[in-house]
Amino acid sequence: MPAVAMHISNGIIDNQIAVLFAGVALAGLALCFIQGRRELDDRLVPMAGLVAAFIFAVQMLNFQVLPGVSGHLLGGTLAAILVGPYLGAICVTIVLVVQALIFSDGGVTALGLNVTNMALLGTAAGYLVVATLLRVLPRRTWTLTATAVIASVVSVTVASQGFVLQYALGGATDVGRSLGAIAAAMAGTHLLIGLGEGVITALTVTYVAKVRPDLVYAVRNLRRPVVSEAVTA
Amino acid sequence: MKKSTWFILSGLIAALLLAGVVSNYASGHPDGLDSVAREGCTFDADDHITGGTCMAQSETDNATKDSPLAGYGLRGIGNDFLSTGLSGAIGVVATFALGGGVFWLLRAGRSSRSSHQAG
Repeated sequence: MPAVAMHISNGIIDNQIAVLFAGVALAGLALCFIQGRRELDDRLVPMAGLVAAFIFAVQMLNFQVLPGVSGHLLGGTLAAILVGPYLGAICVTIVLVVQALIFSDGGVTALGLNVTNMALLGTAAGYLVVATLLRVLPRRTWTLTATAVIASVVSVTVASQGFVLQYALGGATDVGRSLGAIAAAMAGTHLLIGLGEGVITALTVTYVAKVRPDLVYAVRNLRRPVVSEAVTA
Repeated sequence: MKKSTWFILSGLIAALLLAGVVSNYASGHPDGLDSVAREGCTFDADDHITGGTCMAQSETDNATKDSPLAGYGLRGIGNDFLSTGLSGAIGVVATFALGGGVFWLLRAGRSSRSSHQAG
């Protein structure tokens, strides 16, 4: 049986802070809808739906990272590489909504907290790393693979620190540990989870980039052009 | 059938296999967030808190806890393997349907605005 996923349950964070982050999530999603709509063409509609469905499936696959501790892919980097940051964040949000409403995975009142961490922070951080690395690194076959691994590690760790911020602002139970200790515990396990996510993300995007490079946003829009290919005006 | 349709279909089949079959071999240990939330408390075999102080003790019931698919199992199916697998497969179809619907609406909203011949 898969364990409950890495989503915040109801009651862990105070209601006021949960409402505050619901506002943050809605504002971020509004931006994603406005920007994402410009990039959306007929081909991307089913592709973005597939990315959401695929992330839902892989989120069920918890893998062990430490004795007694597991984790699963969050999907922000995968989504950003395949459909871009704006549509990607919407994909992860759709997964979180389905999980909270149908599978009771992640609190319904905590949805804004989870969307902020995993859909917005996770996708934005993953995308920033991908965009930077693909512009800096030479264009080789391993570039996208290595980029996917590094971006996943950063993305998952940043998302985990989103929870630390939310706990600092409105944690319902004072557990008598310093915020630094909680941040370190979250970062430590999520670094390992990010590595696992990196392997899955790298395998997936490398495969798609091989069979259908036209369906990979990062390859279409971000990859450094081959110098010899440069066209003179 | 178009090449893209084949790609989407094979991607969906892969997702159905992962959520419908492979999910049964997933680790059942508490995940990264859970393990931090549970730190400081002791638990009995049914995962109820028996003592200590931890974040998880303030956890409250979810509004959707009585959903027939709550906790990634299909209520009424006694076989664990089948129950987990069916819930995963339903989840993949539901996510694809909701996602496809949202993106289709977003796309439809755009093309009605102008005839997208902006030079």
